[in-house]
Amino acid sequence: MARLRHAWHVALTLLGVSVVVFVLMRVVPGDPVAMMIPPGAGPEDIARLRAFYGLDRSIPAQYGVWLLHAVQGELGTSIAFKRDVLELIGQHLPATLELGFTALVLAVLAGGSAGVVSAAMHGRWISSLTDGAAAVVQAVPDFLWGLVFILLFGVVWIWLPISGRLDPLLDFHPVTGFVFFESLLRGRLDVTASVFSHSVAPALALALPVAAMIARVLKASMQEALAADYVLLARLKGLSATRVLLVEALPNAVTPTLQLTGVQFAFLLGGTVLIERLFSYPGIGSLSISAVVARDLPLIQGVVLTFAVLFIAINLVVEALTVALNPRLRSRQR
Amino acid sequence: MKTSSNAARSSARRGFLCGTGLTLAALGAAGPLRVLAQTRNTLTIAYNVDLPSWDPTVGPSAVNPTIQSLYKAVFSQFIDQNADLSLKPDLLTEWGWNADKSRISCTVRRGAKWHDGSAVTAEDVAWSLRRASDPKTGNPIQFIWSKVDNVQVQGDKVTAEVKEFEPAFFKWMAFLTGYVMPRAYYEKVGAAGFEKKPVGSGPYMVEEFVQGSYLKLRAFKDYFGPKPAFETVVVKFTTDPSARVAEIESGRSDLTLEIPYEEAERLRAKGFNASIAPVSDIGMIFLTNVEPMTNDKVRQALAMAVDKKGLAGKLLRGHVKPIDTLQAPSYEAYDPGIKAPYDPKKAAALMAEAGYTRDKPLKFKVQTTRGFKPKDFEVMQAIAGMWKAIGADVDLEVYEVAKHFELRAQHKLAPAAFYNWGNSIGDPSTSTAHAMFSQSPHSAWKDPKLDALIGPLWGEKDEARRIAGYKAVDKYIADNALVIPLFQYSQTVVFRKGLKFAPHGAGFVLPQAVGKA
Repeated sequence: MARLRHAWHVALTLLGVSVVVFVLMRVVPGDPVAMMIPPGAGPEDIARLRAFYGLDRSIPAQYGVWLLHAVQGELGTSIAFKRDVLELIGQHLPATLELGFTALVLAVLAGGSAGVVSAAMHGRWISSLTDGAAAVVQAVPDFLWGLVFILLFGVVWIWLPISGRLDPLLDFHPVTGFVFFESLLRGRLDVTASVFSHSVAPALALALPVAAMIARVLKASMQEALAADYVLLARLKGLSATRVLLVEALPNAVTPTLQLTGVQFAFLLGGTVLIERLFSYPGIGSLSISAVVARDLPLIQGVVLTFAVLFIAINLVVEALTVALNPRLRSRQR
Repeated sequence: MKTSSNAARSSARRGFLCGTGLTLAALGAAGPLRVLAQTRNTLTIAYNVDLPSWDPTVGPSAVNPTIQSLYKAVFSQFIDQNADLSLKPDLLTEWGWNADKSRISCTVRRGAKWHDGSAVTAEDVAWSLRRASDPKTGNPIQFIWSKVDNVQVQGDKVTAEVKEFEPAFFKWMAFLTGYVMPRAYYEKVGAAGFEKKPVGSGPYMVEEFVQGSYLKLRAFKDYFGPKPAFETVVVKFTTDPSARVAEIESGRSDLTLEIPYEEAERLRAKGFNASIAPVSDIGMIFLTNVEPMTNDKVRQALAMAVDKKGLAGKLLRGHVKPIDTLQAPSYEAYDPGIKAPYDPKKAAALMAEAGYTRDKPLKFKVQTTRGFKPKDFEVMQAIAGMWKAIGADVDLEVYEVAKHFELRAQHKLAPAAFYNWGNSIGDPSTSTAHAMFSQSPHSAWKDPKLDALIGPLWGEKDEARRIAGYKAVDKYIADNALVIPLFQYSQTVVFRKGLKFAPHGAGFVLPQAVGKA
């Protein structure tokens, strides 16, 4: 029953998103035909182009046609790219997922370590330093970090590539879009290294603000856990400080951080829109900017729906993980 | 138990260290250093726009001037252009009208080949013309191509009947969508197949294309024209200007374009080559025939109050040329005799005559882009200051390019709106006429008197009379301040030592035109 309710909510959310985006994109000024009217085109030429792209019908009629195709798994043809929208999304999404995953791993490692260290060293200079750094890092938006990394790694130190996803001179033709994993499986470590080095700077730009947030929330939860009776008992039992911290306190403090990380991962994927553009990274974020610039209505619709599906999926995974990690919630579900 | 656990942990640690070491070694070997190592036969370009589609005759990409350089590397046009915008042969070696201009006739180049090895034929040229004029294909320039009909092939000649005389028809053959497409291949693979594997007859073949990331081109050995200097060209789609600057400065790319003037100057001072040359692109302020612009004195005062030389020198570092009409100096109908003078005192007097002073200012909205053209917003801010000094207090609104297009097409622009106008073929019909003729969706000023001047020039068969007519139109526009032309822009191209690059008046940065010094 709960699953059915979930599925119903998901379908309703997706329908709502599709209606809002569809109507908004047709109401705001700037349609794709206006973008491609060359000098000399007359009103009849404009009307011809509008008819060609199916924009001459009423908005409800256009939406009806779109929905009819969408439920059959067809999201239409991109106006700017002249390719199937699903195919385009399928081609770009793996790059974004790999980048998002790399960023998430970096954020969890950096933010988690900082949070634990800061909680353990509370009251000492290292804790103040970690808190201060987290505040600064969080205050700077991801795209500004991107610009800083382009300057640092691209010009000052020349350590990392700053555009693209793979060295164009490498001869590698991936079957799936997951180039990192595919190259690993195929034993092409040179390609793996190239993909990894290309993703470090954009992933770091995406990860830093999330890492700061993880550090702050984890620190607060850890402090709460460290003051709990069971931790005091563990200390009285003579367990080492590290064991108390990592084995007793951390697992109990991690639930709120996990929920926050899930929400932040969704926002992190949203951040790829600007970061991918900045680093010329060929993912769905970069694709969505191209779609918006060209007022490519079918593609915008498809990309927004994809983001919506990703957000819902992430929330479902986080919900499941939270239940799995928290015995009280688990028993309540039973 | 403890010992085996320790051994397992130690083994895991060794495995981790080994794995990390391998990854770092691989990074060191194939990472940054490799990116920097450009081979002698590879040219790497950090390009400013993405390439959405490979059909240069259909859709929004087909009318995007910035993408044309990439299309021109892979496809041949009917006719090509010299750097001074004059026409030169491409797949057509000869072209022209008959005496009464009721037919066109073209000669197709012999010996040209498609990238799949088949010969380029006159039938390909005829098919490309027929396809371009077919409304079903969605060619945005169909209204030009449909002005000829009954396209016929006789040997290497292609002829067609003129349905409606278009003086700039052959110029359009060197302009947007004027590309020759491979009939047999296109019909075999279809539109989707063509997008996956495009075939042209230009100097470079597409070897690999990763949407939104890079394009790898390989020199076509059977190209009919001069052999390109580089065997391989890698085009990195780097849409952010800061990233493009970093690409060239770090040596990851050999050439980049469209970076801010200040950055081009800085890189030049650091030892890079930098070309900052005028192109066929102008900045202008559209005036819409609504209040308060319907007042002649207000319009003339506003035009007279703009210190274009000052703006060009101080804000744009002397890299733009002030203009008085919609014709840049390289355009065919440019008339240096037409002047729109800067006279702030007279401007203030005219505003006073119209009933406005600094204490009792005229208020209206002005729209501008921000970051679309060099210092566009700053220029408009400065102009707002100049207008304030003569009694016009403006509300500056930033709008997107897409919004500008739609508002302009609906005749809903603000009374004054900044925008740019590109005109790669330099013809007055594609600048003055389309920007000012009331029935054009691009015009903001709708004036029957102006229409009466422009109207007869659309189909004027006497070229000298047509050009003289447009000069008269430009004079009328300048005298009545129906638009405020600002500057002709320059394009920045920065490239490393050891390369040769000659700027093109149309702003093309053609990989095949980059040489080794």
